[in-house]
Amino acid sequence: MLREIRPAIVLLLVLTAITGVAYPLAMTAIAGALFPAQAQGSLIERDGKVIGSALIGQEFKVDKYFHGRPSATVAPDPNDSTKTVPAPYNAANSGGSNLGPTSKALADRLKEDVDKLKAENPKAAVPVDLVTSSASGLDPDISPEAAQFQVPRVAKARNMPEEAVEQLVSASVQGRLFGLLGEPRVNVLALNLALDRARAR
Amino acid sequence: MTMVGWFQIILFCVIIVAVTKPLGWYMTRVFGGERTFLSPVLRPIEAGIYRISGVDEKREQHWLTYTVAMLLFHVGGFLIIYGVMRLQAVLPFNPAGQGAVAEDLSFNTAVSFITNTNWQNYGGESTLSYLTQMVGLTHQNFLSAATGIALAVALIRGFSRASMRTVGNFWVDVTRCTLYVLLPICVVYALFLVWQGMPQTLGDYVEATTLEGAKQTIAVGPVASQVAIKMLGTNGGGFFNANAAHPFENPTALSNFVQMLSIFVLGAAMTNVFGRMVGNQRQGWAILAVMGVLFVAGVAVTYWAEANGTSTLQALGLTGGNMEGKEVRFGIVASSLFAVITTAASCGAVNAMHDSFTALGGMIPLINMQLGEIIVGGVGAGLYGMLLFVVLAIFVAGLMVGRTPEYVGKKIEAREVKMAMLAILVLPLMYLGWTAVAVVFPPAVASMANAGPHGFTEVLYAFTSATGNNGSAFAGLTGNTFFYNLTLASAMFVGRFFMIVPAMAIAGSLAAKKSIPPSAGTFPTTGGLFVGLVVGVILIIGGLTFFPALALGPIVEHLAMSAGQVF
Repeated sequence: MLREIRPAIVLLLVLTAITGVAYPLAMTAIAGALFPAQAQGSLIERDGKVIGSALIGQEFKVDKYFHGRPSATVAPDPNDSTKTVPAPYNAANSGGSNLGPTSKALADRLKEDVDKLKAENPKAAVPVDLVTSSASGLDPDISPEAAQFQVPRVAKARNMPEEAVEQLVSASVQGRLFGLLGEPRVNVLALNLALDRARAR
Repeated sequence: MTMVGWFQIILFCVIIVAVTKPLGWYMTRVFGGERTFLSPVLRPIEAGIYRISGVDEKREQHWLTYTVAMLLFHVGGFLIIYGVMRLQAVLPFNPAGQGAVAEDLSFNTAVSFITNTNWQNYGGESTLSYLTQMVGLTHQNFLSAATGIALAVALIRGFSRASMRTVGNFWVDVTRCTLYVLLPICVVYALFLVWQGMPQTLGDYVEATTLEGAKQTIAVGPVASQVAIKMLGTNGGGFFNANAAHPFENPTALSNFVQMLSIFVLGAAMTNVFGRMVGNQRQGWAILAVMGVLFVAGVAVTYWAEANGTSTLQALGLTGGNMEGKEVRFGIVASSLFAVITTAASCGAVNAMHDSFTALGGMIPLINMQLGEIIVGGVGAGLYGMLLFVVLAIFVAGLMVGRTPEYVGKKIEAREVKMAMLAILVLPLMYLGWTAVAVVFPPAVASMANAGPHGFTEVLYAFTSATGNNGSAFAGLTGNTFFYNLTLASAMFVGRFFMIVPAMAIAGSLAAKKSIPPSAGTFPTTGGLFVGLVVGVILIIGGLTFFPALALGPIVEHLAMSAGQVF
């Protein structure tokens, strides 16, 4: 048994060096050369400043932008470090609400949000993804129905005809891969950037 | 439920079955010490590693030596992780300036990673430096996976050998598994993931100014290299807190599909390795069939429950299923499928928050783990867990006809059955025992995030996941407390090693036995009758063990939900 001690130490160190140091560093170098944009986090710049990542959702509150899904992410409370405060779309601390199917807190939140959205657009049915919080709190997408639902509000806030906004929405819809994998969706940040460009034109 | 949804599920199953045979062929060659197409590159490295670490690759080990070598290896791995976490503040590759990780959290995480559990009491992007992620976690993802596979191979050798005292060499099995199986796949896989949008950088967190002018700090890091082995090795510990639900840790529907495949691929191939090594591939297919029956049943229930939604959603007229805690790009079907896969295997990565699943949708992941994660299972661990149930099923069959039971040419006798029972019984002792303690201990109760039966399920899920070395969570439970850090660590430790040691004892005792040729009275173990028998034994033993606990959690919650009750 004693002769197993040397391999236990040396082999562990060698394999740690290979899998814990050489492998991730080599991957970083190769990925940086082959896919530099993705390796850095698919960042989007406008006027030379980073405005976000194409993959990470961000908070939209004003009427003239399409809104993403509710986000349950939190941040440490600045007044008391043992507590947390809501901080939607905190991309340095991902997470979901973790509220279960029989949670009263969830039922109350859903009812409040549904009522608000019904008041905003009484004509359409409220899409479920627009009132349920995402798993990561950073979901960059909404369903095409959720984008469609917001068209009247955005068009009004921007003084644009609804058809023009609707066209932008349809152009932003990404379908299923090979018609099979995933779900149809709209990237909220990309759609809002397209809106801003349309206005600038 | 939709046709497109079912096609995704069918496509998944077809691909897994298709790769089982070729990958099983390759892995059998690797563990037989034969040449492979990678040998010209890797053989010199392999030989060099043996030379400097003083391993004689020709010398095989007794089962006890094999097990001791494995345990020593883990002691070292534990010390590395614990040391790096405690010292990360003064070590390099720490651009976000993370401080030292607390003692109890470091202890919990170190146990969690050496046992292939990868329970996340840590918060990834908010707690760990890049060095900790790489040297602490990525490396142990490789080694705990390689260990699981090595142990399964040793047990298979017990079945396939006759009248021998040894079961292989642990150091050689671990090294060959890492070099020839895990690393080559991960290199290609990690690049694929980066192509799909996963970051791989040592740079600082990004400061962005959003369209509305707010500041957003975006955590990045060497994600892809870790996620590749996290999935392939059924480890499941996330780079980010939200795990595979985080858009950086699972950017697209395609990355999601490939991640699901990579959880199952090695575990499924191990059934073929088993078949090849005992000289009849149909023995392997029979085991995969047992797994397949249980898997498809689980997927159907979870998919149905999630697509149905909850009574709260229905009362508000919201259709489209239970989207709370799910991502739009995956939707209901890919989230349900992922949840069943990750708990059938002992992966524990999540692409949706299991805590927010419907009562029945979340019960299936719980059952998968309580059965011992034998449905494909953790790499290696799934196969040896399943073989323990096979030993029991064969024993039951032997009792019914009054013959000494045999399996693949080996007599199954009292010693094997006792060891199998020991390994199977120690799991419920941990998850039911600790749950019972936690629900009457006020500080532990305070950690529950949800009231009513759901809070109980959170605790039961935590200890089940830890004991099963899964690592997924009903994440509302605040696990990073002194009580949970220590009790969960003990559950992980016992769940891993108290299953391994009896399994290895069986390996040793089987290897020493003579092989007997099948006769007219031998129970055939490649047909439908055998598959049905094993499924039955699994469900009966499982059902008797944990049904009462499920009745207090998800089942009563489902009834309450149907009655429109909230807590």
